[in-house]
Amino acid sequence: MTGIKPVTDKPKIPAIELKNILFYYQRSGWQLSLPELTLLPGQHLFIKGASGSGKTTLLNLLAGILSPRQGEIKLNGAPFSSVSAAKRDNLRARYIGVVFQQLNLISYLSVLDNVLLSAHFADSNKQTSEQRARLLLQRLGLEPELLEQQAAALSVGQQQRVAIARALLTEPALLIADEPTSALDADNRDSFMQILLEQANACGTTVIFVSHDPGLRRYFDKQLDMQHLAKGVQPC
Amino acid sequence: MLIKLARQSLWNRRGTAIMTLFSLTISLVLLFGIDHLRKEARQSFTSTISGTDLIVGARSGQLNLLLYSVFRIGNATANVNWATYQRISKHPQISWTIPLALGDSHRGYRVLGTNKDYFVHYRYANQQTLRFSEGQPFEGVYETVLGAEVAKKLGYKLGDQITLAHGVGAVSFSEHKDKPFTVTGILAATGTPLDQTVHVSLEGIEAIHIDWQQGAPVPGRKLSAEQALKQDLTPKAITAFMVGLESRMATFVVQRQINEFKGEALSAILPGVALAELWQMLAMVENLLLLITLLVLVAGLVGMMTTLLASMKERQREMAVLRAVGAHPWYLFVLIQLEVLLLTIFALLAAAITLVATLWALQDTLASHYGLFITINPFSLQSLYWAAAVLMVSALLACIPAFTAYRRALNDGLAIRL
Repeated sequence: MTGIKPVTDKPKIPAIELKNILFYYQRSGWQLSLPELTLLPGQHLFIKGASGSGKTTLLNLLAGILSPRQGEIKLNGAPFSSVSAAKRDNLRARYIGVVFQQLNLISYLSVLDNVLLSAHFADSNKQTSEQRARLLLQRLGLEPELLEQQAAALSVGQQQRVAIARALLTEPALLIADEPTSALDADNRDSFMQILLEQANACGTTVIFVSHDPGLRRYFDKQLDMQHLAKGVQPC
Repeated sequence: MLIKLARQSLWNRRGTAIMTLFSLTISLVLLFGIDHLRKEARQSFTSTISGTDLIVGARSGQLNLLLYSVFRIGNATANVNWATYQRISKHPQISWTIPLALGDSHRGYRVLGTNKDYFVHYRYANQQTLRFSEGQPFEGVYETVLGAEVAKKLGYKLGDQITLAHGVGAVSFSEHKDKPFTVTGILAATGTPLDQTVHVSLEGIEAIHIDWQQGAPVPGRKLSAEQALKQDLTPKAITAFMVGLESRMATFVVQRQINEFKGEALSAILPGVALAELWQMLAMVENLLLLITLLVLVAGLVGMMTTLLASMKERQREMAVLRAVGAHPWYLFVLIQLEVLLLTIFALLAAAITLVATLWALQDTLASHYGLFITINPFSLQSLYWAAAVLMVSALLACIPAFTAYRRALNDGLAIRL
């Protein structure tokens, strides 16, 4: 699968753009630096990294929960890391979707309400959001009768697909996936990857996918190895 | 959505939530119940007597005299001679007197021997006089006027006949069966111990004891009701009497004169002063009770915070998910606060319902056993203040788990520590 290349002369606005990022923890002295990373809409990135490699910190930076000590992150061409934390929360609600390793859903809410959570924080229209949520869940292969069930009643594979629906409900510019396949078996993993990228492409969403599983590398056109980030290695 | 989240989150943890609710409800019932009881008891006590300037009885402490003459609690130590009573009531400063003769009962209700002045001069609450709901004051020797409660509880109507028993127990072994009394009047409810009193004339009291000596029937000397009427029924002694003065200015002078009365050892008390002393004594107990109740409430609230704080660990996942979809840390803070508020409001409602139900169930027992007349509605403007204070304290305490959620949201971000 290849990323969408710009077809016109006019350069496309990058979905996310990182420049001269430096982040460190004062106490431990641990640091992370990333001189440059630009992802155009529809371009997908594979980040290879084991736990403890600073993966979570990078994801927190990308999601706007942490803000870098130096450098700037732009989301959709607009300042992201330099604005207030509350503003970043709003921008995250509107332009970034997140899928975790597992237990993505709030167990006591229904499947539909879980998906609609992102619309609630993005202040989207309720009715159109619900229509879109039903459509997305259908496309992700979840039967309509599951929608009113409590999220905890679903299988892990189903839960991960509901998480994709939630992440893509607001047609975000960016989808951050943190080892979403680690709890799935091989068959489920491949169908999950296909369905994720298919739906992301349909929304024009850029996917940043973190995993330590090199077998998933083939789905992506760009790769970043966490191990080199401390030395400031550029993505290939 | 926020409310839905709070509600469903609570429902998800309903086991602990219900237990928390339960302990909170108990402490709130205690708080409101004791506060209500305290106010009602004071109201009920102070409204029992009004407009009486002095109460006179055999020499004793003023509380003892007040308790047996007004509240029908306890017994007199000695009696007042009829002649003494006659002499004092002619005092130029004294406008009226009400004689009181106690010592008999009817099925647990105390019998009060008095005269018709009682229905004219006795005042309760705000200078209210006694009213008859049915009938009129007693005229003859064997006639009686019942308090509202007595008539209602025992189902007596005008014209019914009742027998009096010697002593004040609920069950008596020596009854004045030979001399029944006819009900001629029933008083309207007053909310005072008067409602539980059976009123008869002093002559009636004398008549039923005419063939008695030293508190027991004299063997072989039996007089029928008609025969007794022919005897001299002037009482030999009374238990106490109430005094109304011409001018309140004279209160202390008359009180001193009675206290220094040469013929007999008497005590004259000011009902207002005695009531105040009674309350002072009870105030300490009352405040202690309120303090304990408040501490129970605090324990309940702290318990709620502890369970919430403990649940924060298992809810990290929930918080991380909410953060990921764009919730501000403040949103999580408000979410926890809202859960606490929901719990507290539910507890307040549950407490209100429990309290009304309990009062409704206990009202009769309290009235008949303790002379406490409690209204069922325990809510006043002050209970609204209490409720507001409880809500505020719980919101304040909720800041602890809420702030934990807030801080975790900032520190942990999307990382979930399992």
